[in-house]
Amino acid sequence: MPRPSTPILILRRILAAFPSVLGVIILTFILTRALPGDPAAYFAGPAASQEAIDQIRETLGLNRSLPEQFFIYVGELLRGDLGSSLTTGQTVLSDLLTRLPASLELTFAGLLFSLTLAIPLGILAATRPNSWIDHTVRVIATAGVSLPTFFTGLLLIYVLYFLLGIVPAPLGRLDILYSAPPPVTGLYLIDSLLAGDLELFWAALSQLILPAVTLGLFALAPLARVTRAAMLAVLSSDFIRTAKASGLPSTTVLFSYAFRNALLPIMTTLGVVFSFLLGSNVLVEKVFSWPGIGSYAVSALVASDYAAVQGFVLTMALLYVGLNLLIDLLYIAIDPRAGVES
Amino acid sequence: MTASPPASSPPTPRQSFIAQARYVISENVVTFGAFLLFFVFVLFALFGGAIAPYNPLTSNAAVALSPPTLSHWFGTDDLGRDILSRVIVATRLDLGIAVVAVALSFFLGSILGTCAGYFGGWTDRIISRVVDTIMAFPLFILAMGLVAALGNTVENIIYATAIINLPLYTRVIRSEVLTRREAGYIEAARLSGNNNLQIMAFHLFPNVLPVMMVHISLNMGWAILNAAGLSFIGLGVRPPTPEWGIMVAEGATYIISGEWWLAIFPGLILMLAVFCFNLLGDGLRDLIDPRLRT
Repeated sequence: MPRPSTPILILRRILAAFPSVLGVIILTFILTRALPGDPAAYFAGPAASQEAIDQIRETLGLNRSLPEQFFIYVGELLRGDLGSSLTTGQTVLSDLLTRLPASLELTFAGLLFSLTLAIPLGILAATRPNSWIDHTVRVIATAGVSLPTFFTGLLLIYVLYFLLGIVPAPLGRLDILYSAPPPVTGLYLIDSLLAGDLELFWAALSQLILPAVTLGLFALAPLARVTRAAMLAVLSSDFIRTAKASGLPSTTVLFSYAFRNALLPIMTTLGVVFSFLLGSNVLVEKVFSWPGIGSYAVSALVASDYAAVQGFVLTMALLYVGLNLLIDLLYIAIDPRAGVES
Repeated sequence: MTASPPASSPPTPRQSFIAQARYVISENVVTFGAFLLFFVFVLFALFGGAIAPYNPLTSNAAVALSPPTLSHWFGTDDLGRDILSRVIVATRLDLGIAVVAVALSFFLGSILGTCAGYFGGWTDRIISRVVDTIMAFPLFILAMGLVAALGNTVENIIYATAIINLPLYTRVIRSEVLTRREAGYIEAARLSGNNNLQIMAFHLFPNVLPVMMVHISLNMGWAILNAAGLSFIGLGVRPPTPEWGIMVAEGATYIISGEWWLAIFPGLILMLAVFCFNLLGDGLRDLIDPRLRT
C-alpha cells in the first residue's frame, strides 16, 4: 500500500481527535448530572434563593430529558459558557483564561527541566550499560516515580528556602515588590523579556525555578527510562554497526544516527508524561501558592463550587487531547514511516 | 528411551520455581529488602493501633510542636499529638484505600479486558472506546472531578482511584488475551465442549494472571500516591483522622517557619511505601517475565 501524503495523514489525525473530544464532553456532562440530589441547588450554592435555583434549573434544562439536556450543554460549551463561579463571582471561562498562562508556564518549565536532565542521563546509561552510571540512573528513575510531588516540593522549600535561603518565599509567581509585565502571552518570562525588563525576568525566574524542578522531577523517571531503552535498542541495530565500521566519529554515530531514531519512542512517551505533569500541576500549585488553574480548582473544590471544578476538568482534558494531537503531528513530521503500518 | 535413568528425579515445577526465586533474591538483594519492608507495612496496617506508642488522636498541649525527642521519635504536631503514632495508625487507611481500589479495578478490568479480547468485534469496539475516553483525561484530574461529582467521602476516593486505573488493566488483559485467543489449548478446550464463559474463566484468565501480578504491584504504589494526593488537596479523608496525605498538608503551613517534622516524616513514610511497591513490582517482573525489563 503506498503511503498517503503528509497532508492527508495530518488531516486524518486531526479527525481522529474528534471522538476523544466527544468522549470528554460526554463524560464531563455525566459528571455534572451525577451530583447527588438536585444539581441546580448545587450549582446555585448553599445561600441561593428558590428563584435562583429555579432559574438555574431552567438554564441547565434540568426539567427536560437527558438527550435534550446534553444538546443544551453542548450549545453552552460552543458559546464558551461554563457557568459562573460562586467564589469569585466571575464567569468560569474568564477565571480559567486569566489563570491558564500561569499553569502553562509552570508545566512547560517543568517539562523543559526534565527533558534537559532525562535525555543526557538516558543516553549516558545506554552507552555504558550495567556500569555504575546505569545503576544510578535506574535508582533515580525508580525513586523519581515514588516521590509524592507535594512532598518533594515541601522538602525543597525547607532546604532551599528555610535552611539555605537561596530561593525566594514560595508565594506565587512574583514577589510583591514587583508588578506583572504588560500581558502579551501571559507567560511572565516571555512578557518581561518583551518589555526589556531583565530584573523582572530574574524575579519571575527565581520564583519559577523551585515549582518547575518539583514538577520536572516526577516526569524525569519515565523519560530517562524510555531514553535508555530506546537508545539501547537503536545502538544494537545493524545500521549503527555499519556506521561504526565505516569509521564515522563516535559522536556522529551517537547523535545524528542513533539519537534521531531514539527520538520517536521518547516522543510517544511524552503523551503519558503530560498526563502526569497536568495532574501533579494541581499539587505543585497548591504547595507553592501558584495562581494557576490548579489552585483555582482546589479552592473551588473546598468551597463546593461545582461549575468551576467541572470547567477546570473540561479545560484540562481538552488541553491534554490537544497536546496529544500536537505530539502525534510532530511525530508525523519527524518520522516519514508514520502511518504506513496502520 | 534406552539412556540411563537420571541420577535424581527432575525438579517439579514448584521446586524449580523456588530455586529460581532463591536465585533471583540472591541476585537482587534490593527486592528482598523491599519484601521485608512490605512485611513491616502489612504489620502496621494490621496491628497499627497496638504498635503505636501513643493514642493518635489524643492531644497534649504541654508538648505541642516538639521536635523529635526520645519520647516522641518523630516529634509532635501543633496539638501535641505524637506524629510517629499517627503515621503508624494511618498505614491501614492508606494501604486499605489502595488495596480496595486496585482490587476493584483489577476485577472489573479483568472482565472487560477478557471480553474485549475474546469476543472482538463490537464488544471490543465499545469497551475500547470507553477506556479511551477515560484515557483522554489527565488521570489525577479525572479523579478530582469524580470525587467532586460523587461526593467528598473516602468511599468515593476508592471508586475514583479504581476508575482511573481501569484502562491499565483492561488494556493489558485485552492484549494478553488477544495473543492467546487462537492458541492450540484454547481450540482444544473448545472442542472438548467448554462454553465461552468456561474458556475465558478457566483457560484464558489463569494464563494472564502472572503478568498481571507485576502490574498490580507497580499500580499499588501509584494508587497510594494518588489517594494521598487527593487527600492532600482536601478530598476524602477528614481531619483529625490520621492519613499520610492530610498530615503532609497540615504540616505544610509549618515548613516555612522551620517546623519540618510535621510534614517531612509522614511524607517520607508515604514515599517509602510507594518505593517499596515499585521495587517489589520490578523484582516480580524479573521473576515472572524478564523480557519486560528495561
